[in-house]
Amino acid sequence: MQPSGYSSSDRLDQTFAALADPTRRAILARLAAGDASVGELCQPFEMSQPAISKHLKVLERAGLVSRGQDAQKRPRRIEAKPLAEASQWLDGYRRIWEANFRRLDAVLEEMKAKQKKRARAKN
Amino acid sequence: MDTTTTVEITTPSDLEVTLARLVDAPRALVWAAWTTPELVQQWMLGPEGWSMPVCEMDLRPGGAWHRVWKKANGKEMEMRGSFREIVAPERLVSTEKWGPEWPETVNTLTLEAKGEKTLVRETILYPSKEARDAAIKTGMADGASVSFDRLQKVLLAKRSGRS
Repeated sequence: MQPSGYSSSDRLDQTFAALADPTRRAILARLAAGDASVGELCQPFEMSQPAISKHLKVLERAGLVSRGQDAQKRPRRIEAKPLAEASQWLDGYRRIWEANFRRLDAVLEEMKAKQKKRARAKN
Repeated sequence: MDTTTTVEITTPSDLEVTLARLVDAPRALVWAAWTTPELVQQWMLGPEGWSMPVCEMDLRPGGAWHRVWKKANGKEMEMRGSFREIVAPERLVSTEKWGPEWPETVNTLTLEAKGEKTLVRETILYPSKEARDAAIKTGMADGASVSFDRLQKVLLAKRSGRS
């Protein structure tokens, strides 16, 4: 990590590292449905508070989660911008590969039809 | 085909991107479509409007491959690499490089038979975070230009519709 602070690609690094863990993805999915305190997050995941807090720290460092105003509950909130940055990149890939696969489907349909024809000719 | 098939994209580590898609054809056909130049030229075209005038593959360990794409604006883009591991019809490991200033990635294709269908998985391994970041920036620029092209098309269609 560079001492000069986060460039957008540093943050992208942290975003991807944070998203690599299935529990953290599940926590984000839960927060997407609404803010929740650490205690509220413990229940559905059947994890101890320290374990959840550890995951939340990783998500906070990546800028994916922030803390709400309520001093007592400290509800966690999902932050959209870094997620959008990460998904924008993945969307570029997705778009290109979805187009590729659609054309591959057509090529394979043709190959299957030819194969059937050949099989029929043999019989 | 009436089922919606989407490409699943995941980042298994800091340096890898994996894309996965279920394809409605037996594995042997998918392998052929992926390793026969004349077939690759029909589908691995990238954004809409691109074509692939050159596709050469020396399909053996250490053998080279070379592809040239022609973009919608007439400009060309080329990629080169070599094959490292070939296990027909299930696994193909190759390297890929866009040009001298670009880092080389290692791409692993695996085809998993699922009855009469095939699960296609390709993992792209970047040599460093810097390399991945460079790809990110290009990807964003390309993605943006593709959407811009689409936008332009929509606008043109609207204009001609009015006249």
